[in-house]
Amino acid sequence: MSTSPVELDEPEVDDVTSLARPWVTIVWNDPVNLMSYVTFVFQQYFGYSKSKATKLMMEVHVDGRSVVSTGSREEMERDVQAMHEYGLWATMQKADA
Amino acid sequence: MTGFKWHRRSGASVATFTAFEADLLRSLAGQLIELLRNESATSRPQGDALEDLLDFSGPTTEPDDPVLARLFPTAYPDDEEAAGDFRRFTESSLRDGKAGAAAAIIDTLEEAGLPPEPEDGLFIDVELDPQAAMTWMRSFTDMRLAIATRLGVEEGDEEYWASLPDDDPRAQVHDIYDWLGFLQETLVQSVH
Repeated sequence: MSTSPVELDEPEVDDVTSLARPWVTIVWNDPVNLMSYVTFVFQQYFGYSKSKATKLMMEVHVDGRSVVSTGSREEMERDVQAMHEYGLWATMQKADA
Repeated sequence: MTGFKWHRRSGASVATFTAFEADLLRSLAGQLIELLRNESATSRPQGDALEDLLDFSGPTTEPDDPVLARLFPTAYPDDEEAAGDFRRFTESSLRDGKAGAAAAIIDTLEEAGLPPEPEDGLFIDVELDPQAAMTWMRSFTDMRLAIATRLGVEEGDEEYWASLPDDDPRAQVHDIYDWLGFLQETLVQSVH
């Protein structure tokens, strides 16, 4: 590795945060999964506090869906696969979609 | 019907099943395994072109069976190609994981003394460490999703199921679904 002899201009980025974290994992409501179980899964897998996990679970229950994690596409694919392991109905999409 | 309790001294979730209950659980786990292995989890090469012979990948389209479609949802609802790729790389291992969890339930019950043909009066004690408890919870979920999909369970339809006559087979299956929900609830509370 060597230092560059010329100064390079940094590429300009309009919206750094949306480029860095462009994907979300969404968990959808279903008539089967228990509220206690869904909360437990959010705590267990994401390491969320009981209050954050409960809040997300209630969003799923009341609003029909909740964004449970945000990150790179690869990270969200891991999260969606994990939610399917737990039997939760999860999908992913771009954060601004 | 007592469900799971936290046993402080052993740090485990414990439950006692009647022979009938343990046998029913074994049978449900066995049916789940059969379902998971029934419909092919791998795409079969169509010809003998090199790329077909080298295609060891998983399926790319949603399973036909509605239960399997619920167990393996489409990850990208608006992008068929990405959804197919995701399925190819995940569905086979998800199937193995779910079948493995169901098999773990059967093994635990049989190690706890459940014989091939249990007689009345026999009780089966199971003791699950936190990791095994998680495995059972995941499999209870899969069994409940499977039964609910077959029955057509919907949000807030408890009165409908309660109104069915006792000898209606659908009512009996719904009772099993409720029982699994009770086991699931007590298991979650026991580790919480």
